[in-house]
Amino acid sequence: MKYLDEYRDGDLAQRVLREIERKVTQPWVLMEICGGQTHTIMRYGLDQLLPQSIELVHGPGCPVCVTPASLLDRAIGLAQREDVTLVSYGDMLRVPGTSQDLFSAKARGADVRMVYSPLDALRIARQNPHRKVVFLAVGFETTAPANAMAVYQAHREGLDNFYLLASHVLVPPAIRALIGSDDNRVQGFIAPGHVCTVVGCSDYEDLVRDYKMPIVVGGFEPVDLLQAILTLVTMLEEGRAEFANDYTRSVSYHGNLEAQRILGEVFEVADQPWRGLGEIPMSGLRLREKFAAWDADRVFDLHVAREEAPTECISAQILKGLRKPTDCAAFGSKCSPESPMGAPMVSSEGACSAYYQYRRHELVTLR
Amino acid sequence: MNQLSCPLPIVDTETVLLGHGGGGKLSSDLLRNVILPAFGNPILNRMDDQAQLRISGSRLAFTTDSYVVQPIFFRGGNIGDLAVNGTVNDLAVGGATPLFLSAAFILEEGFPIESLQRVMASMRAAADRAGVQIVTGDTKVVEKGSCDGLFVNTAGIGLVETPLHLSADQARPGDVVLLSGPIGDHGVAILAERDGLSFESEIASDTAPLHSLVADMLATGAAIRVMRDPTRGGVASSCNEIAQSSGVGIQLDERAIPLRAEVRGACELLGLDPLYIANEGKLIAICAPGDAGRLLEAMTRHPLGADASIIGKVSQENAGLVTIRTTLGAVRIVDMLANDPLPRIC
Repeated sequence: MKYLDEYRDGDLAQRVLREIERKVTQPWVLMEICGGQTHTIMRYGLDQLLPQSIELVHGPGCPVCVTPASLLDRAIGLAQREDVTLVSYGDMLRVPGTSQDLFSAKARGADVRMVYSPLDALRIARQNPHRKVVFLAVGFETTAPANAMAVYQAHREGLDNFYLLASHVLVPPAIRALIGSDDNRVQGFIAPGHVCTVVGCSDYEDLVRDYKMPIVVGGFEPVDLLQAILTLVTMLEEGRAEFANDYTRSVSYHGNLEAQRILGEVFEVADQPWRGLGEIPMSGLRLREKFAAWDADRVFDLHVAREEAPTECISAQILKGLRKPTDCAAFGSKCSPESPMGAPMVSSEGACSAYYQYRRHELVTLR
Repeated sequence: MNQLSCPLPIVDTETVLLGHGGGGKLSSDLLRNVILPAFGNPILNRMDDQAQLRISGSRLAFTTDSYVVQPIFFRGGNIGDLAVNGTVNDLAVGGATPLFLSAAFILEEGFPIESLQRVMASMRAAADRAGVQIVTGDTKVVEKGSCDGLFVNTAGIGLVETPLHLSADQARPGDVVLLSGPIGDHGVAILAERDGLSFESEIASDTAPLHSLVADMLATGAAIRVMRDPTRGGVASSCNEIAQSSGVGIQLDERAIPLRAEVRGACELLGLDPLYIANEGKLIAICAPGDAGRLLEAMTRHPLGADASIIGKVSQENAGLVTIRTTLGAVRIVDMLANDPLPRIC
């Protein structure tokens, strides 16, 4: 398949790996931000193939993982109302709130439906004018434009039974929080290629300038990631802190201007709670006042505690790259994809889930 | 296992979830926690695709399966031929020659008679192709909203004449794993027609009766240990069941697994792993290492096995687990399906 096979080519991967081996002379800790990149690393076993002195730690870029449980509680509360149809993507329906998930609520009679696009949610709202259709959406800058478009479209059509219940997070403020924390170990970042496809590169150049830390935009196929690692290692070995874009087949410097325009029109930047990381200033998006009538949080009276209940889950340290999933005592025993204790085990993009799915046979050696 | 231990053990979830029907871990929990405690006996406990019974010196295979696929009509088939082929295949992979089927229908008030006639016609055609007769049956009608159009149950019996004992617990270290053709066609064909996801696709369901392919395979005299048709949960789930039942590891080779470009493309687009997608006309066979060559040759001579290949081997390491060597040369686990990506696929 074009644009995929080339980037999964075993021989090419081996050539890049040998190049990395030639460059590296000392240990480096690198973080891939995006859960999709974590997934590729584990699925193809890139960490097994890299020199041992390169440690990959897995960042907070799994949207489901960083979504506060209280958002799920609010969604479940809404789904249980007689007049509400709750609509979301399949993976959101499995994410546990404080006491249950949306699949369980559905099994107990709530009107919960799975869609593949926000436009399907709009269609359900149009077809069911007497029901309040709430679209639950989470995500980074990648998914936000489509959700913005759905609200914009509802506004344009005067569709008054459609609501967005959303938790949208932004990557650059999270990177700032990670680098700025006292216990940071990360020496170079692989920036999330699809986020940059939407928002462009300038925020990441600012981060490089402010923190003197190399950042390379990487794609999602194994050769993409190895190439980004090679660029990072080369910069680190040569003492350079620079920005580079190694995912040029998707990412342009300015990004997708049309998507940025609709984002800016519908959303404004706001403080945002991240599961595991706490509240990060100006790291999320909320609907502008003009669209308040489509904001489920403002329209519905949702009596749900917004504090996170403490658990023994170490996902906070995992999301910061301080510990590995296999450092957790509950990993694979008390905590598994069927009965997850923390979000990184729920989403298939989560670091714990990726370790569990692909690598638990090495648990003894990984530990 | 204890016979009829009441009260039944408490299960993890209080209500039935869609995932309990997915053929993955939740399904197997439901079997272990609710079904087997009530019915468990040495025949059922083998958990093969069919029960093997000794009656008056004959070996009979007996199986049943219900079909709730949505939509009822799809590219490459409909619920009717699926229901015949599925039961024929469950018998065939036990080494049985399928003979007689039952057919039972649960009909929703308002279902068009013309659609029912089309389903009947394709069941008849499928039965003729498989050389079986539908000899008994039942119909029930429920109020509108109590089922979704049409649900079908078929049961079947067949005669086992091979001296082989084919069962999921028979795989041994050193054995070879064969697959009869490209994977994922059925699941992707269904997905392509699902409400809200419909996309243009040329992919047709692979629904087909495997009895004659199996007969050709048995005729080679190869020491076949296990055969499975990887339906719900796909090749990944079938291999996991075999690895667990036999207490062995199964090592697959990603590059050797046949996959159509269109299926691969659809899976890439939808974020699905073809190893977990349902098939309705494929089989996995595990055989002794020395016999793999002639078995593969016999398979590739048959139209339903033309693209057959050797996809892996059975090992002593990683007992109970399925692993795969990726295209880059690293090894990862192929887990049991934890959550069903596609409810009501068959």
